[in-house]
Amino acid sequence: MDPRLLRELKKLLSAEAVLHEKEDLLLYEYDGSIDVARPNCVVFPRTTEDVVGIMQLANRFETPIVGRGAGTGLSGGALARHGGIIIGFSRMNRILAVDLENQRATVQPGVVNSDLSAAVAHAGLHFAPDPSSQKACTIGGNVAENSGGPHTLAYGVTTNHVLGLEIVLPSGELIHIGSAAADTPGYDLTGLFVGSEGTIGLVTTITVKLTRLPEAVKTLLAIFDSVDDATETVADITARGITPAACEMLDGWTLRAIEAYVHAGFPLDSAAVLLIDVDGLREAVESQAENVADVCRLHHAREVRVARDSVERDLLWKGRKNAFGAVGRLSPTYYVQDGVIPRTKLPVTLRRINEIGKKYGFEIGNIFHAGDGNLHPIILFDARDEKQLERAIATSDEIIQFCIQMGGSITGEHGIGMEKDRLMPLLFSPPELDLMRRVRDAFNPNGLLNPGKVIPSAKSCGEIHVRPLPVAGVPSA
Amino acid sequence: MTTGTKLATARLAEIVGGSNFFADPARLADYEIDGVRPSAAVRPGSSEEVAEVLKFAAAEKLAVIPSGARTKLGIGLPPRSYDLALDLTRLDRVISYDPGDLTLSVEAGISLRKLAGVLSERGQFLPLAVPFFGRATIGGTVASGVDSPLRQFYGTARDYILGMEFITGEGTLAKSGGRVVKNVTGYDIHKLMIGALGTLGVMTKVNFRTFPLPVGSRAFVATFETAERALEMRARVAHSPLTPITTEVLSPGVADLFYSDAAARIEVDAFAPGIITNRTWAFSAGFAGTEKVLDRCEAELRTIAEQCAAAGLTALSADRIPGAFGRKREFIPIALDSSPATTILKISMLPSRLKEVLAEIGAAAESDSLPWAAIARGIGIVYAALLPESKTDSSRARVVRAVDRIQAACARFEGHATIPWCPTEWKSHLQTWGAERSDLPQMRKLKTVFDPHGILSPGRFVGGL
Repeated sequence: MDPRLLRELKKLLSAEAVLHEKEDLLLYEYDGSIDVARPNCVVFPRTTEDVVGIMQLANRFETPIVGRGAGTGLSGGALARHGGIIIGFSRMNRILAVDLENQRATVQPGVVNSDLSAAVAHAGLHFAPDPSSQKACTIGGNVAENSGGPHTLAYGVTTNHVLGLEIVLPSGELIHIGSAAADTPGYDLTGLFVGSEGTIGLVTTITVKLTRLPEAVKTLLAIFDSVDDATETVADITARGITPAACEMLDGWTLRAIEAYVHAGFPLDSAAVLLIDVDGLREAVESQAENVADVCRLHHAREVRVARDSVERDLLWKGRKNAFGAVGRLSPTYYVQDGVIPRTKLPVTLRRINEIGKKYGFEIGNIFHAGDGNLHPIILFDARDEKQLERAIATSDEIIQFCIQMGGSITGEHGIGMEKDRLMPLLFSPPELDLMRRVRDAFNPNGLLNPGKVIPSAKSCGEIHVRPLPVAGVPSA
Repeated sequence: MTTGTKLATARLAEIVGGSNFFADPARLADYEIDGVRPSAAVRPGSSEEVAEVLKFAAAEKLAVIPSGARTKLGIGLPPRSYDLALDLTRLDRVISYDPGDLTLSVEAGISLRKLAGVLSERGQFLPLAVPFFGRATIGGTVASGVDSPLRQFYGTARDYILGMEFITGEGTLAKSGGRVVKNVTGYDIHKLMIGALGTLGVMTKVNFRTFPLPVGSRAFVATFETAERALEMRARVAHSPLTPITTEVLSPGVADLFYSDAAARIEVDAFAPGIITNRTWAFSAGFAGTEKVLDRCEAELRTIAEQCAAAGLTALSADRIPGAFGRKREFIPIALDSSPATTILKISMLPSRLKEVLAEIGAAAESDSLPWAAIARGIGIVYAALLPESKTDSSRARVVRAVDRIQAACARFEGHATIPWCPTEWKSHLQTWGAERSDLPQMRKLKTVFDPHGILSPGRFVGGL
């Protein structure tokens, strides 16, 4: 890295806000995905002006630059694929304004997702998108990835909750798009920027909607002796027009992994459970819970438990949200996929995933947002064995192909990043990819901002990249 | 389409078939926009034909304006040029409907009414209760960005459109998003098409998530001596546990519109006398759910109405809802029908500023003796109709003065105020799209990507895009 650039960055931000020693950079090689890429330096701005200054320097020295929140992303979005500067937003973590009357908040990108909800809970409000990583992940990262979460089934994903953004463009120009008021005249630039995975601008301020907490919540745990019965239940709940606040499925394998770690009270001998939240007015919750339980029983649920109190409820959800941590104890590496299918195709797809696993010799766990049809098959493998890695990727690709065949998509909430850009041609034609490329280039003409993400470079289409992998999690003792 | 007209005629007729190509001036009058008549019109029968038409138009630099049922062509600035009308009403098929998944894909030219019929057979609907409902198409509804009273609960089209197929200004057929309810694959380009008035691309297919029809519904109208009290009720409901599917505050002038002959023609379901009056403000709210839920909503609402000193509260049973709801949905067509020079402002604002905005609208209209009516959606969207008795120069001067004052106030309140409808002749005197936008350069970048030759609806959109 150009020592003059380092000097300039230190001058701009102070020396302690610039990391460039190899051992300091190690932490920033990873996110939650299986990819690895090392930046040349990591910088920590405190203000929008700092971000503008960093962007200007990146331009002057023609150095790639990548935004990063908490690094919990699952598709390599926050990795410096081609080296350069990682701009860490952890110090831009202030909630700038809360407007309780209008249910709005304006935050810096480094604010942790659950911190915002905690800050407005006293007024009966919350920020609705709730990724499993919400205790660590940042709202800036949520905006970049258009993050989801279990309760987005009823409440919508991040883009449904973002009203306005302050953005530093790759040129260093500062722009404001959208507004706290609805329906800003003109093109929906906010809709374009949310979910653009940090490839067309760096978000420095975010105005979001806050959502009223429901008056009542009931959490049901439906226990099944067969995966088919569980998936049929979800398809039937959907078809009947019942929209729970969340509807998660955990298969037996995953349950047992979680139970050993969290002790959430999941039944160890079941084939699958559905973890279902219904919320709203007390009167609505009662009847909805009954309806949901009836559908579960119709599909041979062995038992439908209702969490007695918030303690039991929180424990069940803790089990769900810590699932990947639990899986990390079982295997040196795991690979989580993020395909989406129509809910009517859940039973056939889960059967197919099981067959694909057998074909490649992997046991695949499934823990996912069943109500949205958003799958998260988990493939356990040992990355130190290159053959296993190749097989894991082949397994995953076959699952993704099947999702597409079912009329689905290759990512529901984790993003394309550097993990799935090679799969984009499965869904989009060359002219469509070219159009996306031109949209990106209109804002990011020199390709310095988050290069090598989302849209495959023309020559890399169809190639499979095999990279050395990190050892994730703790091997089971 | 002056040069090479013969060539253009032949090629366009070849693409869409002779019977779907018109150059007859009488028929072309139907496609006029702000007094500008195109030289020809085509009615393509497939996405591929639309793409071919646009490829040809791009090569020949023909200005093309897409339309559906042509109910909202008054929105926007007069076109800078307009050679070819692209009529999409032949694209009126349901491509796929998976009721079990609550997802739907339709062609852009399908009418809302036809689609509602298909969905209701399966107990589902789209919450697009938009003006001109009886005639409007999906494409026109989405492209014009008109909203629905139901957005209070269901959000806007942007919240339940899952994906789209569209043709760019170069004739490239492209899709964005998908058909599943959750998807972050690639850029959300389809969001750019929503409300873009056909300036970035021509939508050919739109994918939606559908919703179950509510099991039951009830609506309420409370009347008040003052706007403040009606707005107080809005705020209290917003901060209660209730989840209404609609909430509005109606100005006194709305009663004159809703009980007019025009209203009875446009929305045939009855609206019982006395529910609102032209001496009172009103707050209305609709709820959906089981009888138990509706009883609870009613009880809470009655308490809140009392706390806000309502002059009266009417509960509308299911059979009386359509007449009231239909009038709210058709507020704009009713207002347009009620004066030869109706001028409609669309204002978006933080809900807490509604009081100031409504006061400003009233003061501006009344200081120029303009009859007016306004519907304020609880989430902070106001449609204000100024209703001068004639289209004279003096009316224009009064309307321009009032609109300027309202727009200036909205800017002070950090909101937006556009003028979707006014007489064509007045457009050059008004700021149709409101104050100049600082993000216009970013919009220009996108316009260049999607429509490099500038053939799509030129000049009609924000900043003359």
